[in-house]
Parts: sequence; structure tokens; C-alpha cells
Amino acid sequence: MKISREEVLHVADLARLTVDDEAVGMFAEQLGSILEYVEKLGAVDTSGITPTAHAVEMANAFRKDDTTHHLQRDAALANAPEAEEGHFIVPKVIE
Amino acid sequence: MELHTLTIHEAARLLGTREISAAELTHAVLERIDAVEPLVDAYITVTKDAAKAAADAADRVIAKGEAGPLCGIPLAIKDLICTRDIKTTCASKMLENFHPPYDATVMEKLNAAGAVLVGKANMDEFAMGSSTENSGIKPTKNPWDLARVPGGSSGGSAACVAADMCLGSLGSDTGGSIRQPASHCGVVGIKPTYGRVSRFGLVAFASSLDQIGPLAKDVTDAAMLLNAISGYDPRDSTSVNQPVPDYAAGLTGDIKGLKIGIPKEYHTGEGIAEAVSSAIEKAMAVFKDAGAEFVEINLPHTDYAVAAYYVIAPAEASSNLARYDGVKYGLRDPQSRGLRDMYNNTRSKGFGAEVQRRFLLGTYALSAGYYDAYYKKASQVRTLIKQDFKNAFAACDLILAPVAPTPAFKFGENIDDPLRMYLSDVFTLSANLAGVPGLSVPCGFSKEGLPIGLQLMGNYFDEAAILNAAYFFEQQTDFHKQKAGLMP
Repeated sequence: MKISREEVLHVADLARLTVDDEAVGMFAEQLGSILEYVEKLGAVDTSGITPTAHAVEMANAFRKDDTTHHLQRDAALANAPEAEEGHFIVPKVIE
Repeated sequence: MELHTLTIHEAARLLGTREISAAELTHAVLERIDAVEPLVDAYITVTKDAAKAAADAADRVIAKGEAGPLCGIPLAIKDLICTRDIKTTCASKMLENFHPPYDATVMEKLNAAGAVLVGKANMDEFAMGSSTENSGIKPTKNPWDLARVPGGSSGGSAACVAADMCLGSLGSDTGGSIRQPASHCGVVGIKPTYGRVSRFGLVAFASSLDQIGPLAKDVTDAAMLLNAISGYDPRDSTSVNQPVPDYAAGLTGDIKGLKIGIPKEYHTGEGIAEAVSSAIEKAMAVFKDAGAEFVEINLPHTDYAVAAYYVIAPAEASSNLARYDGVKYGLRDPQSRGLRDMYNNTRSKGFGAEVQRRFLLGTYALSAGYYDAYYKKASQVRTLIKQDFKNAFAACDLILAPVAPTPAFKFGENIDDPLRMYLSDVFTLSANLAGVPGLSVPCGFSKEGLPIGLQLMGNYFDEAAILNAAYFFEQQTDFHKQKAGLMP
């Protein structure tokens, strides 16, 4: 299956990745061969088959709406690349 | 006595009779790490000081006579299981300096049991890979042949057990990541049923497939570790509230009347090395001689498992790992201009090639216009694979198969061809898609002296059956007693 450079760039953008020129060609070729292999799924008759999202059947897991163990603010911020006065700092969002 | 070569159950006995102390045991393991870690590179972090303190604490508990079976036992933990205030990198530049503010549930359990953490084990970045060549930190070498990979993604966890740099370890298995490195390194590794072990604090790769499990020097040790980490956890909404049997106590070695399913799809495929098929045949004879009954079964959708897996796992990964945005934790590229630029630069610099490749694949499969053809189709095929296993277990107690088509391969052999690397997972990833448990137990060696593993897959929540069958096999053979001839 042929994956174009444009398709790689489009998908990379959706995945929030910047892919350099050389890597675009490599990814196009590799994705093409992987997707070509995946095409074999088309040979399986799946009409009327319910998709499986989880291996073990389970119902919704509800819990009581009680306050339990939670992270203290300082601990939650300790790994932030940038934090100030109890907040995460992010680059300017609105120009 | 070389204390680092002990199994967990041997060490527990000696600790119990006070013939050795936890401090001595941990000291011996740390000395072993000093001697052979430069050759093997199994660890990302060695927690020397914390280990000594934990060993001293364990000795105090032992002195009071309150010690459980894992008290004072030095263990390694795969570096994607959160350890409070101890660096947890997932072998990624993205999390190179991440210090989790909490422990994973399995760590809470091991800490409460008095186990001694000696280090965090290397892996393929975010558990994506079959060789540890995708580690963003360094590749781990196979202790049996340093020119070969230890397997992956839990390659560090398997290599440090094989090299006696810990007494046992934890890994995680999304498509074979415990069983395949266990096979390549000649140790025992078990992937429990999906939901048996809490995933709380396990850094997510593909949440519907990931499961934590032990790697150990023998089956008894694996059962002891599984005892300690299993059980329902309300903090993991996919954890299953099912009674947990005492796996170690269930090891009787009695297999009379056991019905073993032989799926022809796993035994006749192309690309199975001669050394592997002959070791598997000999293993079958061992079971047959003891009165096990063989049943021919069919897993007819096996041929589609790799294709389904490499749609589902990357799709889940591309969505799960969207959280690495340079804001809350992990890397941020400081050179960026604006938010969007920061996202893209951070993620491109923080993630290695294989992780990016899977994002692209997963994002493609989930993107508008392709969802039905890829993700939905793969999820339907997953239903059929699951049905295959349900049908099979109506006719047998467990399934016997190879773990990997070949023994450990050389560095660089598969790394430039991602599809070929993916195809090497063919025998392991169906168990993840179906959610059933599977283990690898040593069953032979290739001509070059490389270990080969036997895979036993069990019915849902029936880890006890495969552990007991593996225990029986171990009693009849001495493959698990062979040691890598690692010369420091």
C-alpha cells in the first residue's frame, strides 16, 4: 500500500509531531508496508460481529462520590517543566 | 555460598532460619550488580542506598518474627511502574527526570511485604518493542550472549534475573513483553489474566492489553510474586474482583488427567526455528510420559492476530500518550514559540522513532474515513480471536505452544524492518488480545547455547493451572537451573 508524504505529514500533525524531511520518506515507506500487511484483515468475514474493546467483560465501575486519597498540590506540580504560585505555566495560548 | 544466585524461596527459608540476614543478601546482590551490570546494562537506576535501608528494615521485621515470604528479598522493577520519589523513565527522554509522587499498587503491595527494591529495569521505550533496542537510554545485552538482544520490552527485567542481579522482577506484557524476554533469557515469566493485577501506577501503553507480571528464576518464585501482587484494586476500574488462590501452595506437580491443547496453527507455521520446534516436541514428550492427554485444537484466527494487534495497540498508544504535552510533567522544549509549536517540538524531541511510528500508525487507523476499515475491523477480529480461545478451553485445560519463533536474535538484525520485528510476536500477542494468562518456562537450548521457552496459556483467571503444569515440567528437567556463563 502506498502512503504519500502528504499523508504522513497530515497524520504527524494530528499526532502533534514534527517530522523532518528524511524521516517523512522513511515513515511513508514503513507505514505503507505495515498497512499493506494489515489489509489481510479484509479477508475475515466480520459481518454481525460485535467489536471487542476489553478482553474481560465488565460493567461500569462505579464508586461512591467520597473524598479519598489525593495528591497534594505541591506534589502534583513538582514534576512540571514550569510552575509558579500553585499553577502550571504554559506558553501564550491566545495571540 | 553465593547469595545472589539464590531463588526467592531458598532465600526466604534461609532468612527465616536466620542463617543469612536481609542486609547480607542485599549486599551480595549489589556487589553482583557492580560486577556484571557494566556488561549487561539491565538497569536504568540502581537504588543502592534505599535498598540498604529497606534491607535493614526487613531485618527488624524478621527479628520480630513478623516476616512474610518476600520480606528482605531484593527485586527489580521495570521502569514504567511508578515508584514514589524514585525516577521512573519508561526508558524515554520524555520522562528522563520524572519522579512519581505516588507508588503503583503493585509497589505498595511489595513494600508492605518488606521486599527490597534494588533498581529500575531497562526496557523498550514505553514498552514498544521486542528487543530493548528501542530504549531511549541504552540497549540491554542478553546475559547468555552479549552480542544478542535479551528480548523485550521487559528485556532489563529478564536480563537482571538471568544475570543474578536480583532474585526476581516485575515486568509488563502488552503483546508478549514478559514471556518473550523470559524465553530469550532462560527465566520464568507470567502474564496474568487481564484484570488480575492492578494497573494503577503502571504507565499506560495500550490499556486494554497491558498487564503487570513477575519474572523469576523458577516457577515457585513466580507463584510467590504473583501471590503478592494479585487482587482487586478499586483504583483500577478494569481490575477484576475475583478470589485469588494461593498460587505457591497450588504447586503440587500432579498433572494426571491434564488435557493439553495443541493448536496446529502454533506448531506448523513457517519461520519456526528447528531448535525451537525440537525443544517443544521434547517438552511435549515429558508431559505425555506423565499421563497428560493431548487434544488437537484450532485457533483459526491466529494468522490475523499480528495484523489486529498492530492496529489496536498503536491506536490505543496514540491516544494514551497524547498526555505528554510538555505541561504537567516530563520534557518541554524550551525553544518553542507558542503552544502548538511547544507541543510538536516537545513530542518530536521526547519520543524515539518506534514510539513516533506507532503514533502515526495509530492516528492513521483512528482518523476520519479510516476508523471502520482499521480500528473497528481489528476490534471485530479480536472478538473472533477471543471466541477461538473460549472454544478451545471447552476441550482442554491449557494450551501448549512456542513463545517465540526463534531464540534471541543479534543486535541490529530486525531493527530496520519494523514489520519483521512485529511478526516475531506472533505466538504471544493473541493471549493479550483475548485476555487469557500465559507463561514462559525454560524448555531447552539451541546449538549456540541460547535458552528456549515453552509457552503455556490458560483459561481466564486460571493462572494456577499453567503454573502447576510448568512446575511439573521443572521437576522433570533442569533447564531452569542452567546459568548464563557471564564472566565479570
